[in-house]
Amino acid sequence: MANPIGRWLGRDSGDVAERQGMPGWLSTVAIVLLALAIGALLILATGADPVVAYQALVVSAFGSVNGFAETMVKACPLLLAGLGVTIAYRAKFWNIGAEGQIYAGGIVAAAVGIYVTGLPAIIHLPLTVLAGALGGALWGFFPGYLKARLKVNEVITTLMFNYIVILLTSYLVHGPMRDRASGITISPQLQLSAWLPTVIARTRFHAGILLALLMAVVVFWLLHKTVLGFQIRAVGENERAARVAGINVSRTIVWTMVLSGALAGLAGAAEVAGLQHRLVDEFSPGYGFLAIAVALLGNLEPLGVVLASILFAALLNGADAMQRAAAVPVPVIFVIEGLVVVFVAARFLKRRA
Amino acid sequence: MLEQIFSVTFLTGFLAATLRIMTPILIAALGEMVTERAGILNLGIEGIMIIGAFTGFTGAYFSGSLWIGFLCGGAAGALLGLAMGVLSVRFKANQIVAGLGLWILCQGLASFLNRRIYGLVDVRPSVDLLPAISIPGLSRLPILGETLFSQNVVVYATLLAVPLFVFMFKRTSWGLNIDAVGEQPHAADAAGLDVGRLRYLAVTFGGLMAGLGGAYLALALFGLYTDDLSTGLGWMAIAVVVFGKWRPWWIVGGAFIFGAANALQYRLQAMDFPLPYQFTLMIPYVVTLIIVIAFGRGQKGPSALAAPYERSDF
Repeated sequence: MANPIGRWLGRDSGDVAERQGMPGWLSTVAIVLLALAIGALLILATGADPVVAYQALVVSAFGSVNGFAETMVKACPLLLAGLGVTIAYRAKFWNIGAEGQIYAGGIVAAAVGIYVTGLPAIIHLPLTVLAGALGGALWGFFPGYLKARLKVNEVITTLMFNYIVILLTSYLVHGPMRDRASGITISPQLQLSAWLPTVIARTRFHAGILLALLMAVVVFWLLHKTVLGFQIRAVGENERAARVAGINVSRTIVWTMVLSGALAGLAGAAEVAGLQHRLVDEFSPGYGFLAIAVALLGNLEPLGVVLASILFAALLNGADAMQRAAAVPVPVIFVIEGLVVVFVAARFLKRRA
Repeated sequence: MLEQIFSVTFLTGFLAATLRIMTPILIAALGEMVTERAGILNLGIEGIMIIGAFTGFTGAYFSGSLWIGFLCGGAAGALLGLAMGVLSVRFKANQIVAGLGLWILCQGLASFLNRRIYGLVDVRPSVDLLPAISIPGLSRLPILGETLFSQNVVVYATLLAVPLFVFMFKRTSWGLNIDAVGEQPHAADAAGLDVGRLRYLAVTFGGLMAGLGGAYLALALFGLYTDDLSTGLGWMAIAVVVFGKWRPWWIVGGAFIFGAANALQYRLQAMDFPLPYQFTLMIPYVVTLIIVIAFGRGQKGPSALAAPYERSDF
């Protein structure tokens, strides 16, 4: 390959920038810079100093061990859910249900972590994490099945499933799973044997982050080295050709969504077992939606998704610092996120057979 | 409890609320119908409604006139629709991704501006709601009088606009041309139609309608603005278009069902129905799911939907 970095970071998607002679990864950098520049204008318009704001952001995100750990703590769910979105979008299944799949994973992981007792950590912890993946997989399976068998539009179903499971979480922590001893509406703590261990002492850097990085490798392997990965990409590239070539498209779509949901479910499990150690109402502040931006900015390639997840985690983590240092409202981060997705969209050429 | 539900007062209150709540869905869905029939899928409707609600409220709050509010909401929506048009016509963007991006962008922008202009306050600023107008005579009818004939002017206007949409698509060249670029853009182009221009017009109109629908939320339904005002009504509008098979009267029927699901949720909460509130809140979403599963199967829609038009080189 003439362009090794481009091969890793940017798919040869025949996008506009590439045809104009700009390699994929460079146009990705350009997108980030453009979004940050517009963000800076917005900050300027509010009377704050964008340099001070962005400086505070970078320092808080990477300036100390603890800052770095906090960035990685936020990168963890973004990366796992982003990998899930990546698999789905590779098959052109427009899953916007990662948020719900995170919650589904969190619920099941919490239930296993709290109510299964008497197991040693070496069994209980993997069981809890796996339970999370299973919960997410189930929540991904439904829209996948509905699309594959009944051709029901996945954008609407995945979104509705989000609302439903987020409300279900709220019901559980207000009702059946509520910790009666606590004054607020949270579940009891998970058994200690179900906690993901802390990796860097005196920070919140937990083993779930390592799991997320490992999963990036697994997803790369899945997409590029396995038959299922090939089938997923084939369905995404050209569904009709895939069908003619003998690929069972329905089955591939269902598996795509089971895996996609499982990865988002892992994100939920990592949040519950690594960070909160309880089931908490609204424990994900929109990680599943940010994951869409993460996956797209990462060019739907696992390595790119890793970098994009750290970038967005730094933005998220630095948003509070920016607010403190320059009185910039936190939602500016979501404006930048939306701009990134819009710019990425303009780069994808929708090709039709 | 059941007697309470099957009483006449409940029924009239419920139907009146249904009409009030179905209106913003219907406004947005009619706009999206035009957009989609021209071949553009705008998934950013929810975001545009949120911006419409914000600009609509802000316009009304500072000018003291609800109509200036609606004007602001519609203008902001049209601008965002035009932006979607630039993305899909000029840049031939993937419309699904572009729509999602627009949704996220609008949410962030509305929330950012809300914090900036109004700050974090205990008592939210509010405006007086658009008043109901009782139609003389007809409003005295039992049940129908209180539901259909005692609504605000936007409800009437929206329902009266539906036959205009039917007329436009059945009887005018505008409607035919829009269908042509949505079904057979190559043939339309060959016949001398400007595909890009017609699509720009349609998507801008769709944005205008979504903006108006959003403004309605703030000015006729709640009287204030919060970041979570829309609660998915824009997405329901998109589901309604699919349910309604891209036809105006069917879309009215779909909007009615979604309005009813939302109204039922509010009514049950108001009367302390013995069901955890999370489950009553779920009703509209479950109904949406059931509807798309039952009626959305393999609905194809306009042939060229979401496909950027590229002129073949000869």
